[in-house]
Amino acid sequence: MTLQIPTPHEITEPAIAGTSDTMVLNMGPHHPSTHGVLRLVLELDGEVVVNVAPDIGFLHTGIEKTMESKTYQKAVVLTDRMDYLAPLSNNLAYALAVEKLLDVEIPERAQVIRVLLVELQRISSHLVWLGTHALDLAAMSVFLYAFREREQILDIFELVSGARLMTSYIRIGGLAYDLPADFLPTVDAFLQIMPARIDEYEALLTGNPLWLERTVGVGVIDGASAVALGLTGANLRATGVPYDVRKAMPYSGYESYDFEIPVGKAGDTYDRYRVRMAEMRQSVKIARQAWERLSQMGPGDYQTRDRKVAPPPKSEITQSMESLIHHFKLWTEGFKPPRGDAYVSIESPRGILGCYVVSDGGPKPWRVHFRAPSFINLQGLAQMAKGRLVADLVALTASLDPVLGEVDR
Amino acid sequence: MGIEEKAGDLGVVTTSLEYVVNWGRTNAMWPLLFGLACCAIEMMGAQSANYDLSRFGMEINRASPRQADLMIVAGRVSRKMAPVVRRLYDQMSDPKWVIAMGDCAACGGIFNNYAIVQGVDEVVPVDVYVAGCPPRPEALIHGIMLLHEKVKREKISGKKEEPIVLSQPLLQVDVAKK
Repeated sequence: MTLQIPTPHEITEPAIAGTSDTMVLNMGPHHPSTHGVLRLVLELDGEVVVNVAPDIGFLHTGIEKTMESKTYQKAVVLTDRMDYLAPLSNNLAYALAVEKLLDVEIPERAQVIRVLLVELQRISSHLVWLGTHALDLAAMSVFLYAFREREQILDIFELVSGARLMTSYIRIGGLAYDLPADFLPTVDAFLQIMPARIDEYEALLTGNPLWLERTVGVGVIDGASAVALGLTGANLRATGVPYDVRKAMPYSGYESYDFEIPVGKAGDTYDRYRVRMAEMRQSVKIARQAWERLSQMGPGDYQTRDRKVAPPPKSEITQSMESLIHHFKLWTEGFKPPRGDAYVSIESPRGILGCYVVSDGGPKPWRVHFRAPSFINLQGLAQMAKGRLVADLVALTASLDPVLGEVDR
Repeated sequence: MGIEEKAGDLGVVTTSLEYVVNWGRTNAMWPLLFGLACCAIEMMGAQSANYDLSRFGMEINRASPRQADLMIVAGRVSRKMAPVVRRLYDQMSDPKWVIAMGDCAACGGIFNNYAIVQGVDEVVPVDVYVAGCPPRPEALIHGIMLLHEKVKREKISGKKEEPIVLSQPLLQVDVAKK
């Protein structure tokens, strides 16, 4: 059996024909401002965009299908590589869904650590968005500043998990390991400097006339259309709709944290920028609260004591026969959640990240599906771009903050 | 000013043409601005302030393949993307080099499935493979250093090794063999 790699002409064309007055132009899949391998088929009247059709699938990885052939715990690794700017958020959505299926309690300390890390992840993801968005609009220095702080966050992730990007640190039943000793001082140092650094970025951009020229009034969408299209995250909140899963359907104890939901008014590229900048400040605030709770708690459990889900500590294995059996069963076969399905949604840096897991009672998921916010946010592109210039399309694609790994999965 | 003063009357420097040409090639090797997936984020990390790839004259990422010498395949190559990667490679002008960054580009990585090409060397000839999922920026820089060493060994007097031409039948992947 041979499998034919499609030649370019065999790839299905999006349905944009154009008329005698317009020109059809191809943007991507290799284009610096599409932030990955997104292909946009543009219908242009001169330099004005008449219609846009995104052509996706250039990064289709078969992640959902591959997860069906892994045990529940081993599939965590695949979730990292969907939205590669926010692996911990993906881990969390998947872990929460399977935990709901298993009906297992997570110790409070593990939940606080999860919240702290996911908020740091939100900051690091927004920093990549900020850097690349500014780079697209020819502001090089913001990229260098944003990545300076991002490296500090990646150092924290490396400290806890050993990996900079693909941490797989949030596991079903809690966390992969306990925190290292110097975790709290490192996070403290970062949280102390970060607010001043956000001021620094804002000083470069917020009042900058060039930045205002390129972003204000570009890619406008109103609240009703945004809701109808299913936009979420900062793209929705920039239109003035204050919807955030952390407030609407709190998970991992978010209801006990004090934070606000920043909203915009106009729903343009500039408001999306303002909302994300304010979100970074709120994330610092949440992370600080989580940090204080962790300092008060001291050492404790980092995963559930349910031995059917989380493996026993090594010291127990040499002492107890039952622990040895649990260890053996978990690492050879994995746990078997009861028949049924579970859906959990969280607020990822890009919007509502939903995870739907179906179990047939076996050790491997029967089906896993992700509601990917980037994929759905991309639907707003055509409406936002119509009537604008090609150069504006660059600005507003970046401001939607799509991650193609998550769009195509 | 500078070296001329120190050299005094010495107006002639002898060296081999190969050395000068290869020195020039390694010190201004422009990568193609081309990211696919997760590894592209680490590639951006390598170019940012902390790792500073411009120390090696490689900070200018060219968005057009016509102006680029080096293709860093950063990420997983899907079956839909493979022809595009090949076309970009064909559009680059000689001499050109390819680095397969990360496990997915090198061998398919953890994605041994229907969607991902099991190694970008099925589509383009690769000079250096960088392992890791994703490789750290240091690992990418190490890979680039190795490539520079390789380029310095190249002979310009002889005929340059022809790039492997993958014609259409070769693009057929034998699944049974895999």
